[in-house]
Amino acid sequence: MSDEATLSVDDPFAAAMAAEDVRGRSLWSDAWHRLRKNRAAVLSGIIMAVMVLLVIFGPMVLPWEADFTDWDNTASPPSLATGHWFGTDAVGRDILVRTLEGGRISLLVGLVATLVSLVIGVTYGAVAGYYGGMTDRVMMRVVDIIYALPFMFFVILLMVVFGRHIVLIFVAIGAVNWLDMARIVRGQTLSLKNMEFVEAARACGVDHHAIIRRHIIPNLLGVVIVYVTLTIPQVILVESFLSFLGLGVQEPMSSWGALVNDGAQDMETSPWTLIFPAAFLTVTLYCFNYIGDGMRDALDPKDRV
Amino acid sequence: MNQEGILRHAATRFLGLIPTLLVLITIAFFLIRVAPGGPFDSEKVLPPEIRTNLDAKYHLDEPLLQQYFRYLGQIISGDFGPSFQYRDWTVNELIGRGFPVSATIGGLAMLLAFVVGTLIGIAAALKQNTMMDYGVMGVAMLGISIPTFVVAPLLILGIAVYAGWLPAGGWDWSWQRMVLPVVTLALPVIAYIARLMRGSMIEVLHSNYIRTARAKGLPAHLVIRRHALKPALLPVISYMGPATAALITGSVVIERIYSIPGLGSYFVQGALNRDYTLVMGVVIFYGVVITVLNFIVDLLYAWLNPRIRYDEMQ
Repeated sequence: MSDEATLSVDDPFAAAMAAEDVRGRSLWSDAWHRLRKNRAAVLSGIIMAVMVLLVIFGPMVLPWEADFTDWDNTASPPSLATGHWFGTDAVGRDILVRTLEGGRISLLVGLVATLVSLVIGVTYGAVAGYYGGMTDRVMMRVVDIIYALPFMFFVILLMVVFGRHIVLIFVAIGAVNWLDMARIVRGQTLSLKNMEFVEAARACGVDHHAIIRRHIIPNLLGVVIVYVTLTIPQVILVESFLSFLGLGVQEPMSSWGALVNDGAQDMETSPWTLIFPAAFLTVTLYCFNYIGDGMRDALDPKDRV
Repeated sequence: MNQEGILRHAATRFLGLIPTLLVLITIAFFLIRVAPGGPFDSEKVLPPEIRTNLDAKYHLDEPLLQQYFRYLGQIISGDFGPSFQYRDWTVNELIGRGFPVSATIGGLAMLLAFVVGTLIGIAAALKQNTMMDYGVMGVAMLGISIPTFVVAPLLILGIAVYAGWLPAGGWDWSWQRMVLPVVTLALPVIAYIARLMRGSMIEVLHSNYIRTARAKGLPAHLVIRRHALKPALLPVISYMGPATAALITGSVVIERIYSIPGLGSYFVQGALNRDYTLVMGVVIFYGVVITVLNFIVDLLYAWLNPRIRYDEMQ
């Protein structure tokens, strides 16, 4: 029997399938639908969009430079009259501009270091999961070993050894943060590689690299996206932590962690130097965590009740 | 769980610790030795004779591989060598001074986090999808999101400076000086445990044997205590390993903010001053602490979980 024969019959189902208005709901439209119903996640998304815009354009619009010292208004509290809406620090630098510029670094580190960990983790996990067997066992054993190391101390060690350069911060945090990603991707790959479409590709003679690149990695996207949104706040936190200890970004550059550290020194006399950067940092972490949670609920098939 | 199985599992896991620690020591050693600039390069240029003597004293003039094996041998015999920065102290003495303080704070914080986090989680699970549940979980998310180095200054500002109830920092082994650091350190862990506990408790409460226990008329508190609690605790137990690592990391910040003379503050000082032996000693020491605690948690988990039979897992 040929397929055309079946199709030519007046089959209402086939007709409906052919019609434009019946469209299958893909994983993505499903997930998007669920995500939109999660009010906490949507609100967090909006706040983060505003935050990103503020951080990018704020310093351009505001009249102060981050390193400008206003000698007439040192350590002055927030006020509209002086033009320093968030006040100034002990040497008269505008807290608002410094907070926004610090935010640039913090968010940039969050993004770039996450990308570094993403590239390493996905490649490593996909290769281990796809090849399986001995390769997998050795690669995962390595992950287990590194996993047991005190991670934060390793970043600090890297900073001590190679000096505190901003690029190094990206790489150091990314390079020790890919383990979870590798584990998750490996697990997912293991279950993907035995599916029919991969088998079909293999039967067609597609080589391993192409299968990993064209079939495995695109199908990992869901898990990876969830994990990326959860990694970004972690990374931002690690950077702030380092900067707070004085092991992160160096003056004149600044980040939220460094600003919180500065603020904590003078908090008894000028608490605003602590409170504003701390609030920006906290709001960002809070929102990213909610977005990540929302994404997981939307994309994780296990939680679909 | 049969006794023999658990023993065999413990033995294999224990042997598994060795490569981990070896890798840790090796990475730490070579990272520090490839670092640009030695420990004596910083402030003033030393006369070459003194420099040679110093290098000889600390064996810095030997080939790298020889230094490595020397260091490895030292570590195995439990000797971390002299500190480069605190000239009169050995790293062992510094660890001996700092660790009891750090361990006290960390242990108390862990205890507090476990008790409070579990209780909050159970309460939220029992009142699932009520205002209380949402409220508690919102606060827990806040606990996870606010970094300890933000909470600590705010607590000092509110409780020590404005209200004057507790001292702002320092250390003399009195409970007044322990309250703020312990609470600060415990907060994120409380939040995390509460979230874990809520999730697993909800899952357990939906299972069949709980329905059976309820159907035969067992009062609610007994259902929780006798049947639900133990399986629901399993995810929390397996989180204890990472929690220890988080507490140790957190203690670095806490000790700095509250001016506590713990191991964490020595570590940061060492890192800022490129005190190689101290930094490496502390990294390895903490590595050992974390791996050993992970090992204990793993055994505890196996002991609590009737579904795991390690003898069959090969």
